[in-house]
Amino acid sequence: MYFLALLWVIPLLWLIWTAIRPSQLATSLSFSVDFTLDNFIDAWQKAPFAQYYLNTFYIVFGILIVQLITATLAAYVFARLNFWGKKVIFILILVQLMIPIDVLIFPNYNVLRDLSLLNTKLGIMIPYFATAFGIFLLRQRFKSVPYELEEVAKLEGCGILETIWKVYVPLAKPTYIAFGLVSVSYHWSSFLWPLIVTDSAQNRPLTVGLSLFAQSFETGAQWAEVSAATFMVIFPLLLAFFIFQKEFISSFMQSGIK
Amino acid sequence: MKNGWRNSTFKVNFYSWLFLLPSLIFLTIFTFYPILKTIYQSFFQSMQGEHDSVFIGLDNYKYLMEDEVFWEVIKNNIWYALGTVPTSIILAMMMACFVNAKIRAKSWIRTFFFYPTVIPTIAIANIWLFIYTPGYGLINHILSWFGIGSVNFLGQSETVMAAMIVMIVWKQAGYFMIFYLAGLQNIPTNLYEVAKIEGTSAWNTFKTITFPLLMPTTLFVFIISLTNAFKLVDHIIVMTQGGPNNASNLLLYYIYQVAFRFWDKGLASALTVIMLMIMVIIAVIQFFSLDRKIHYS
Repeated sequence: MYFLALLWVIPLLWLIWTAIRPSQLATSLSFSVDFTLDNFIDAWQKAPFAQYYLNTFYIVFGILIVQLITATLAAYVFARLNFWGKKVIFILILVQLMIPIDVLIFPNYNVLRDLSLLNTKLGIMIPYFATAFGIFLLRQRFKSVPYELEEVAKLEGCGILETIWKVYVPLAKPTYIAFGLVSVSYHWSSFLWPLIVTDSAQNRPLTVGLSLFAQSFETGAQWAEVSAATFMVIFPLLLAFFIFQKEFISSFMQSGIK
Repeated sequence: MKNGWRNSTFKVNFYSWLFLLPSLIFLTIFTFYPILKTIYQSFFQSMQGEHDSVFIGLDNYKYLMEDEVFWEVIKNNIWYALGTVPTSIILAMMMACFVNAKIRAKSWIRTFFFYPTVIPTIAIANIWLFIYTPGYGLINHILSWFGIGSVNFLGQSETVMAAMIVMIVWKQAGYFMIFYLAGLQNIPTNLYEVAKIEGTSAWNTFKTITFPLLMPTTLFVFIISLTNAFKLVDHIIVMTQGGPNNASNLLLYYIYQVAFRFWDKGLASALTVIMLMIMVIIAVIQFFSLDRKIHYS
């Protein structure tokens, strides 16, 4: 099994190896001590990676912020209030868990077109603003908050929004972190949807930019540069993962216990 | 006594609906409405750019029943699911048991297994595209040390599906390992102690204690990997474009082709409806397995 673990790392090592070798040597496995950063520099110059980075950040964190708001409000309602139609709406929200948005790429494309949101970052983000997953996670968490805390807040004259903000949100911090990590890694990696929505470098995220870059070489791929570009795209995620390993792992674990 | 806002039913209903509104609006526009619209559109013949759609009833579906590519795609997706789901589950279980035991460098090993999960599939596709390249890809390099000729993994219909499966299992297994690790934590250790005292072999211990108690996790992981097998096609787009000769074409990729290359709206809608039915079937499986889970505990 130790060997298996080693096997698992090999693709990453191969990627880094190819990226730091001069491009003529990329296709041979010679073990000379020739290392270079040229591939990174070339790749960075050949495609607007800075723009892609900006777009990705904007999209990923934009989605997260809106998700946090919509999910928190909805989760509170399901956790604490009884209202007309509660069961029906609950089931409707379950539908989003049943039918992942990814399979609705074609109808959603048409919806975007009707809303004139094609080829915009907002267009990429908007289908994800509601999150059944987030609602469920937070509802679970909110339900376990002792009701007395809310009563105290009410006695101090807090309105409903203030109560949510002062009582429920701080107590759900681990859940927010877990959800945040899952959401960010999902949307950073998202490819098919942004691919069909965007047309121009202004709005393209890293994933789409990377694939266009890889395909832009006429005579096969310039593997050294593509490897360098690939590494640049995955590096922030790998770095975040290394730093927040414990949180990543426990948040994926938590998301399973829904 | 303060009559708080909570005691007024109108106010409760008002706030409830108000707070639900944002989520409901987006859910309606991007999940409910698209589902209904696509079902409706599947009964029409319409191409992108044309203004009139002609009502043709079930003709789109009839076309698909006779479409070779459609059946190839369904067959591929089933094989693909059969290849990725059990393999990922078994590997994940093994990894979890291994990492959970007393081993050296536990945290490193766990990282080594898990890190592919945080890499975007498109990047993984690039990496493995190079690994599989005939001639100078990593695998063919190693094969050449043993004197074996170059194999074109992605270019042959016999090997392309297997190549995809290996790559996706590599990506997924670590992710599922995490769920099994959580599941393993929940098994009371005194069960193992009893087994040890009774001299049960490691395999029997696994068979009678570990595996059954991990069943809820297995069901969960099963549903996720099954759903992934249908909804994740990023790698097909970059690596094989469904080829060679539709050998690696999957349902969602076929939808992409029909919708955005052939621009056949009616047909794409019909295909989407079929995809939706598959998702519902998976959800029903999940619902019934949840029922059994409740009986287990």
